[in-house]
Amino acid sequence: MTTTIAVPDVLVSTDWVAEHHGDSNVRVVEVDVDTAAYDQGHVTNAVGWNWTTELCDTVVRDIVPKAKLEDLLGRAGITPETTIVLYGDNNNWFAAWAFWQLKIYGHRDVRIMNGGRKKWLAEGRELDTTAAKPAAATYKAKDPDMSLRSFLPEVQSTYKRSDTVLVDVRSPQEFTGEILSPPGLPETCQRGGHIPGAKSIPWAKACNDDGTFKSREDLLALYGAQGVTPDKNVIAYCRIGERSSHTWFVLKHLLGFSNVKNYDGSWTEWGNLVGAPVEK
Amino acid sequence: MSTGLKSEEYRETRRELDGWPINITSYRVGDKWYCSIDNVSPGARFARAEGSTREEADTTALVKAARYLKQTRRYPTTS
Repeated sequence: MTTTIAVPDVLVSTDWVAEHHGDSNVRVVEVDVDTAAYDQGHVTNAVGWNWTTELCDTVVRDIVPKAKLEDLLGRAGITPETTIVLYGDNNNWFAAWAFWQLKIYGHRDVRIMNGGRKKWLAEGRELDTTAAKPAAATYKAKDPDMSLRSFLPEVQSTYKRSDTVLVDVRSPQEFTGEILSPPGLPETCQRGGHIPGAKSIPWAKACNDDGTFKSREDLLALYGAQGVTPDKNVIAYCRIGERSSHTWFVLKHLLGFSNVKNYDGSWTEWGNLVGAPVEK
Repeated sequence: MSTGLKSEEYRETRRELDGWPINITSYRVGDKWYCSIDNVSPGARFARAEGSTREEADTTALVKAARYLKQTRRYPTTS
């Protein structure tokens, strides 16, 4: 199998957003780790989504339910024909999380602002502190495409297979089990380490210092050096699934790998599972 | 329509705090200063603050960051 052509339209520049944020067929959406960041100032006309309440099922641990997503998109004035441009802090961690879910529910044109909130701020671009209030629309999502998502049984049955490669995108210290969560954040697992055989490729290696994504050549070299190649079934995981959605985006949409899934159960599932094998 | 607001005096600095590398990012929007601190690896923002000066925002965020980092434990990495 050869690498397919990457899809360049999934990335837009800060210049592009500055020119198009007011277009009637474009809706810019900010999704941050820090859910207060939007209120400090955001791209004009951008709506803000809260990943802790709006991009998940708040009762069952799951992605956002279809009806809830339809309501969220409708309130943002988004129709199936809208170009959605996502951006956020932490080099687009949760922008990628939103992107992944929007693709699961079949939205055709979703893009990410290269460099995210960090680049927008560093460039001293215009900010708005007034929450956007677009006219509501009606949105009908497609049935979820679960080929983009991996669940525990699949990981358990495939992690030893030679045609499958697991990519652990957490920090090296989380990978070795030295720490159970990123420094400064609460511990959310009972055991540290990684899924046996997983390759350690921290998400940040895909980014430049300014938050933009590295070149296609650099990305192919980065993943290829660890055996993460287009002929493999690739499953990315992290702690709760947002960093791995960032890597999923890189592999699936910047490099065009055909078989890439995000295991959003990630280490908070595997590292709490009784009897699960762990490597350090 | 222009809002007249933008981020100004954006600055990132790296240092260690309680043995952990951190990035300190601060900038001004209008008359408010904002500071956020991330943990470099993996890069998660875990403390933030605002203030009327950069120093005030940075200092407040650093106090929070130190408190959170003290709760991070290191474990043996051998099975």
